[in-house]
Amino acid sequence: MEEVYITRLERTKAEILASRKQAMTVVTVCGGTGCHAYGCLKVAQAFEEEIKRQNLHRQVSVRTTGCHGFCERGPIVVIQPDGIFYQRVQIPDIQEIVTETIKNKKILDRLLYVDPKTKKSVVLEKEVPFYKTQERIVFGNNGFIDPKDIRDYIALDGYKALAKVLFEMTAEEVIDEIKASNLRGRGGAGFPTGKKWEICRDSKSDVKYIICNADEGDPGAYMDRSLLEGNPHSVIEGMIIGAYAIGASEGYIYVRMEYPLAVNNITLALEQAREYGLLGQSILGSEFHFDIHVFRGAGAFVSGEETSMMASIEGKRAFPKQRPPFPAQKGLWGNPTNINNVETWANVPYIINRGAEWYSGIGTPTSKGTKIFSLVGKINNTGLVEVPMGITMRKIVYDIGGGIKNNKKFKAVQTGGPSGGCLPAQLLDLPIDYESLTRAGSMMGSGGMIVMDEENCMVDVARYFLNFTQEESCGKCVPCRVGTRQLVEILTRITQGKGEEEDIKKLQNLSKTIKSTSLCGLGQTAPNPVLTTLRYFRDEYEAHIKEKACPALVCKELIVYHIEPEKCVGCLLCLKSCPVEAISGERKKVHVIDQDLCIKCGACFDICPPKVRAVSKYTGKKKERVLKKASDPRVNR
Amino acid sequence: METMKKILSRFDQAQKELIHILHEIQKEYNHIPPEVIPEMAEKLKISESEIFGVLTFYNAFTLEPRGKHLVTICMGTACHVRGAPMILDEFQRRLGIEAGQTSEDKEFTLERVNCVGACALGPIAIIDGEYHGQMKTQEVQKLLKAIDRTDE
Repeated sequence: MEEVYITRLERTKAEILASRKQAMTVVTVCGGTGCHAYGCLKVAQAFEEEIKRQNLHRQVSVRTTGCHGFCERGPIVVIQPDGIFYQRVQIPDIQEIVTETIKNKKILDRLLYVDPKTKKSVVLEKEVPFYKTQERIVFGNNGFIDPKDIRDYIALDGYKALAKVLFEMTAEEVIDEIKASNLRGRGGAGFPTGKKWEICRDSKSDVKYIICNADEGDPGAYMDRSLLEGNPHSVIEGMIIGAYAIGASEGYIYVRMEYPLAVNNITLALEQAREYGLLGQSILGSEFHFDIHVFRGAGAFVSGEETSMMASIEGKRAFPKQRPPFPAQKGLWGNPTNINNVETWANVPYIINRGAEWYSGIGTPTSKGTKIFSLVGKINNTGLVEVPMGITMRKIVYDIGGGIKNNKKFKAVQTGGPSGGCLPAQLLDLPIDYESLTRAGSMMGSGGMIVMDEENCMVDVARYFLNFTQEESCGKCVPCRVGTRQLVEILTRITQGKGEEEDIKKLQNLSKTIKSTSLCGLGQTAPNPVLTTLRYFRDEYEAHIKEKACPALVCKELIVYHIEPEKCVGCLLCLKSCPVEAISGERKKVHVIDQDLCIKCGACFDICPPKVRAVSKYTGKKKERVLKKASDPRVNR
Repeated sequence: METMKKILSRFDQAQKELIHILHEIQKEYNHIPPEVIPEMAEKLKISESEIFGVLTFYNAFTLEPRGKHLVTICMGTACHVRGAPMILDEFQRRLGIEAGQTSEDKEFTLERVNCVGACALGPIAIIDGEYHGQMKTQEVQKLLKAIDRTDE
């Protein structure tokens, strides 16, 4: 059996590699969500056409790959095997790339990434600072694989781990290996994966299920989306291995409906896996049977919670359930069920291939391996980064992320989504792992890392998250349903300048109650954004309450827009951009904002040329002064 | 009702198919027509109130038809810190409707979404499936005008 199988997979791989030998150069075009929005499909198509036109299609092929991660610079084109990295590639560039770079081996300087620190152009992808500090394991193959073609995955040793498991390892040995690797759940809470599998394996039942949680609900986190879209087979392979270890016969991938491309790619990948005998009856000729269904979510954040997710798959409202019994004992339709997050599953094949010892050599004593973060917000290099556990936030923000946009001052990093918290500058040197983040009042969550600068108001951010959890609370338990609502109301009042001295105390007490009495993880962690901002940015709350001022100049009710007469050049730009005609003035004459009409949309502020910068925002006492002046008839009218 | 019967017949007649069926009906009719509920209840052997409960629980399903054009504003954290609330305000003002509503002429439905996972582009507006990144308030009207024109 073993013989038959190994020859078959090896043969498939050899055939794939042989068929590709002719095409020496591969133009890879990033097909991630970000690049999609930048128009990467048209770029890829234009490459195909140009290569054909220049009669190079025998030597050069084009591949639309998974996400390369550096979304800020899309559409990204990497020319393999050299690894020449071109960024922000547009249709007019393509003819030149094909003629110059591919045919004449000349580099086009204008398309290279320029390191802002050294001001030098970087030619190769691996030399770009954004990638240099990363340790790309789970994410590593994304840029080489066409997610719509299983052969790309097989050519890179895909499904080799599955073969090893099916023919060389017992289920217990697989579980022992995962336990020894110390892999922990990447969905947020960090429960040891091997242990979780063992509990489910030990539950007695004829029917068992596994679920891949791809309901990536945390706003600002999109690594699961990129994995499913970019390398779906790594997730599928991990799931089949897990199902074998646990003894499950059926699996579900629960994908958010907001990710249509992920649904398409994973559905196609499952079909191809079936064609290759990797799913279904007698997988690869073994005695193991297993198949996977895709379940498209319907837009409810709470369905990311595991008991809610199971209710949703059963066709019910996504209400969480009291635990115990745990899903591993009584899950989907009352049967033992194991749920892991996308990234957790994707780690499994690498651990099997390279061994638990190798894996547990990466990371900190309690958190092993790498973690993918989505580095977003006010950061220069927005994108997905995979780093070893234990790396400091400073390294992520400054070395990989290239620092804060527009040279503004760093204020906070928000991790863990609506369940997490905001960490201030004094924690930039904190080594990141499950424990350190929890101790700091936040959590790992699924890996969103939203960078905020001096122009972000922390009270507004807390209100934003509580508004989110309040809307997404399923309403089953009172502390979450009513408590989060109360938190939002207090926070909204504060941002409107109607805060009272005792509000801070109220927020703290209410938060404590919600944390300790809510039914599921959503409610138990909902107050974290309030508690961390109170812990690290209390002065901002006090400014809102006592001085009725928003120091970051965000909260609409607490600011005014004002045109500085000595700076205004009378260019009419702001006047034309004002949607409510609140600005009066003539060419070359100072413009004035009518404060009664102004809706504080910020259009004038945005459009005033950087050289002029005549529009200012004021809060607190300065705001009062502006308003007083504006209502003084001698000044304006 | 014929279409709805066809959709129903493609699935197992059990509650586990309910959400899949609702997705299909929503896609077909652009909403869930209330009159299909009794038949579904009978076929799936569950109560009408159960179906009603499920369809109102999830954001994907609406009892009212959506407008001809769907404008979705991403309100994810990355978009929020880059000014998404201002963009939403401007769309609300220009369209004269609140998020979650459909304009009276049934031309536009304005919706908020918690995150579309394209954070590098924030703030993002998605109009009929097309992503518009790095939105500024001044661009809102231009985008809406462009749609009006394509209709003519």
